[in-house]
Amino acid sequence: MTATRHSIPDDLLIGYAAGALPQAFDLVVASHVSLCDDARARLATYEAVGGAVIDDLDAVEVAEDSLDRTMAKIAGMPPAEAKPFVHGVFPAPLREAVGGDADAVQWRALGMGAKQAVLHQDGETSVRLLYIPAGQAMPAHSHRGTEMTLVLKGAYSDESDRFARGDIEVADSDMHHTPVAEPGEDCICLVATDARLRFDGWLPRIAQTFLRI
Amino acid sequence: MLLSNDHAEPTADGGNGPLSAALSDRRPNMRVDAVTAVEKTEAQWVARVRRIADHQDQKAFAEVFRHFAPRVKAFLIKSGADQSLAEECMQDVMATLWHKAHMYDPARASVATWVFTIARNRKIDLLRRYARPEPEELSWGPEAAPDQADVIALQQDSTRLAEAIRQLPEKQRTLIERAYFGDLTHSEIAAETGLPLGTIKSRIRLALDRLRHAMSTQT
Repeated sequence: MTATRHSIPDDLLIGYAAGALPQAFDLVVASHVSLCDDARARLATYEAVGGAVIDDLDAVEVAEDSLDRTMAKIAGMPPAEAKPFVHGVFPAPLREAVGGDADAVQWRALGMGAKQAVLHQDGETSVRLLYIPAGQAMPAHSHRGTEMTLVLKGAYSDESDRFARGDIEVADSDMHHTPVAEPGEDCICLVATDARLRFDGWLPRIAQTFLRI
Repeated sequence: MLLSNDHAEPTADGGNGPLSAALSDRRPNMRVDAVTAVEKTEAQWVARVRRIADHQDQKAFAEVFRHFAPRVKAFLIKSGADQSLAEECMQDVMATLWHKAHMYDPARASVATWVFTIARNRKIDLLRRYARPEPEELSWGPEAAPDQADVIALQQDSTRLAEAIRQLPEKQRTLIERAYFGDLTHSEIAAETGLPLGTIKSRIRLALDRLRHAMSTQT
């Protein structure tokens, strides 16, 4: 796998390892990790911390027939097969979210040849694909919270640096940047945004989900 | 960087990045024989998972179940599930373990770590009601296998990591646990880049390089 120059910050990887990220971010992290072995190794390291935590917990009592019921579940479950490795523009988790590779995306025009496809929206948190024709600037957008941009095809540059396939850029609201797609190849990015204000209410929302079960 | 340590919101330990402080690279003072005993146990877990994969060995599974099932259940309860949901979910996790045993790579994770990832994913399925996107799977394929020396080294690293966490001051250890139970939002999990979990990271990185090489020669 190619070495990406811009990998994901540790706090987002820890959040992903712990299962604490907003849904929109999960897709970007899973896609980035698929393309960047350094991120994959760091993620595995944070998961090792999770492994140590679970292994060190005091055992609680399980139901008397727990093992028997698990064996019954095993008998009723289909065998798990490793998914075959497929070469394409999109890594596996993104292909799953889209229902195919880059040619399967249902784009909506944004003007000037730019296109987008919203994959998931939950309140102010969203994840979308952006298609920027070669040499053009990204459509104007503002982000109040955090914005994660993963390059899947082509490359873009902004005031800070150049970002190519597999690279990820994380921008906070105080960062104003004007990404411009490089000439020669159209650029496809996966972009997730949140709004910081939403974050405070995020844990309570999970708690509500819990109570309804 | 999503959050830096000077973020206005106070983090749980007063804004100094609880995890970054807590995950510092401490070399535990352990007696050598104690280490050897724990490592032997690690090797036994790996061997049991292999027996489940290769021979659908129910005895090996029962042993894995006896150790991990009560801890997976505890993890789910700590994460907020009630008794009956935790029991049900734990059984799902253990059944998934059986079916995925052939996909476990001991050069990249201890059995406990692998169990944690299955439990975490099942927890997200149930509590947040969506199937979380997972990174593309990498597997050794039918003819290749991880290097035994890599497996032993990784299991040793995992043992050391667990011991280092165990020896942390109570407050820091509690913060780590809370993060992994989902009690902290990712904005409260402040981490500096370059956390000193270096040994285990380079080990996994090496195993990934070997795996990539094996994958490229198979296709």
